[in-house]
Amino acid sequence: MQVNVSKPETKMSFTNKQMNVADKVVPILLFLCAAVSILTTIGIVYTLFSETISFFKSVPIFDFIFGGKWSPLIEPKSFGIWPLLSGTFLITLIAILVAVPIGLASAIYLSEYAPERVRKIVKPVLEVLAGVPTIVYGYFALTFVTPLLKSIFPDMSVFNALSAGLVVGIMIIPMVSSLSEDAMSAVPKSLRHGAYALGATRFEVALKIVVPAAFSGIVSSAVLAFSRAIGETMIVSVAAGSTPNLTLNPLESIQTMTAYIVQVSLGDTPHGSVEYGTIFAVGLTLFIITFLLNILALYVARRFREEY
Amino acid sequence: MSTATALKTLINIKDLDLYYGTYHALKKVSMTIPEKAVTAFIGPSGCGKSTLLRTLNRMNDMIIGTRIEGKVEIGGTNIYSNEVDVETLRKKVGMVFQQPNPFPKSIYDNIAYGPRLHGIRSKAKLDEIVEQSLKQAVLWEEVKDYLKRSAFSLSGGQQQRLCIARALAVNPDILLMDEATSALDPISTLKIEELVQELKHRYTIVMVTHNMHQAARVSDQTVFFLNGEVVEFDQTETLFSNPSDKRTEDYITGRFG
Ligand SMILES: Nc1ncnc2c1ncn2[C@@H]1O[C@H](COP(=O)(O)OP(=O)(O)OP(=O)(O)O)[C@@H](O)[C@H]1O
Ligand SMILES: [Mg+2]
Repeated sequence: MQVNVSKPETKMSFTNKQMNVADKVVPILLFLCAAVSILTTIGIVYTLFSETISFFKSVPIFDFIFGGKWSPLIEPKSFGIWPLLSGTFLITLIAILVAVPIGLASAIYLSEYAPERVRKIVKPVLEVLAGVPTIVYGYFALTFVTPLLKSIFPDMSVFNALSAGLVVGIMIIPMVSSLSEDAMSAVPKSLRHGAYALGATRFEVALKIVVPAAFSGIVSSAVLAFSRAIGETMIVSVAAGSTPNLTLNPLESIQTMTAYIVQVSLGDTPHGSVEYGTIFAVGLTLFIITFLLNILALYVARRFREEY
Repeated sequence: MSTATALKTLINIKDLDLYYGTYHALKKVSMTIPEKAVTAFIGPSGCGKSTLLRTLNRMNDMIIGTRIEGKVEIGGTNIYSNEVDVETLRKKVGMVFQQPNPFPKSIYDNIAYGPRLHGIRSKAKLDEIVEQSLKQAVLWEEVKDYLKRSAFSLSGGQQQRLCIARALAVNPDILLMDEATSALDPISTLKIEELVQELKHRYTIVMVTHNMHQAARVSDQTVFFLNGEVVEFDQTETLFSNPSDKRTEDYITGRFG
């Protein structure tokens, strides 16, 4: 018996109007969102440059770059950036010396030693710590750390670089440890096993396998920490003083670039005056330093990258 | 059940039970492993071959919730007794993994990693160890001019031989290989099989394999596992030609597993 089955014809269609519209509109929307941040950045950089250029029409750029005294608001006026640079440098150095070793050590602990249970609790706590408003840290420095330090260094000024630098360091520890821990956790288990199988101890595995393999991530976290420390404003305004001071003595009162900008912005310096223009020149200096640091970081991270 | 009595026993496993939490992964395992010979572990997936292999260098210690009862004696010492130093044990019992896992370092530094760990600093001595180990792993001719290159520039088969060389560089007595050829192409596999034949004159080798032909080709003694138990262990020839247990016969003839 033979049945004549007629097969339905295969109909194929490859169009979908709705999809096409979404596919065209969505990228445009996404592009616009990206464009907002790019345009903002361009706007900021433009303002910085144009205001700085008009500032240098009244103040010689040579005095700014090579001058050792900063007193733009008090006669006799001088516009040497170095005291603000040294203040910023001092704070950043102290902060980095605190944050990188402690942050890295806690990252190693979390990724290599801590039981799962401890990690689950500690990581979120660290991240909350990173969200504490900086003004809180500022008053912590002024009312707790400074008196503590004063019992060790009785001659120290009430406003000083040491206290502010230490607290800036404490503030950025969570960032360093969290980012470094991410980089270290991403190192494949198989590499650790390979080292353990050769008779390496936990510490040797952490130091000679995990840290080198995660090095580029660790460098990135250190550089971010650097940028945060350089840009930190509140803590230094509250606890480090407002005396531009060309010194590397951490016990003295200093002023950072950021704290200076705040001081002028909040003061009654008339807009458009030369004094007001200083904040753009200082801001641009800050911008250039951070920018160069980031480029350096990219280079270092690439140079020492271990692929796995 | 007859044992390979011609060879001197190096590893003696007695009534070994292993639990992952509540899961009973090895059940009253007893066997002897002869010195300077190749012993192969075969059996279906999940029967506990890797688990038993890892008890020999105590890599199971790192898996949380693992509990062990019974004895594993190597050269007469129970490696689970308190006075045993795990790092020294692992130096003596090397391991090669299923996936090649070179460190993200140069070829040279991969080999030198172990010796440096154990305190060798002299450049001349390290050079010598690197050359010797690579020669033993039959990789020297291929890489001698590229020692500073990243280990990742090597092919998979070369990487696995590098891992073998890395294990040999710390001068072990025993070499554990967990399906060390399963990620490799046939030619690389053959190379490593030949290498194993060479190495067994100096080292005691214990290998896990899913490839019955491989077990038949390279091993002197074969152990057949099922559900965490040793069903049978014997000289390879005997086990394959004349198995004493019905289940072994079914497995090697491909009727299950
Ligand atoms: N880390 C672990 N935690 C819990 N159970 C595990 C763990 N590792 C293995 N097991 C279980 O123990 C049993 C034996 O595993 P094992 O890896 O030793 O098997 P195997 O014989 O090597 O298998 P395969 O041939 O697939 O590699 C399996 O049932 C597995 O699920
Ligand atoms: Mg396995």
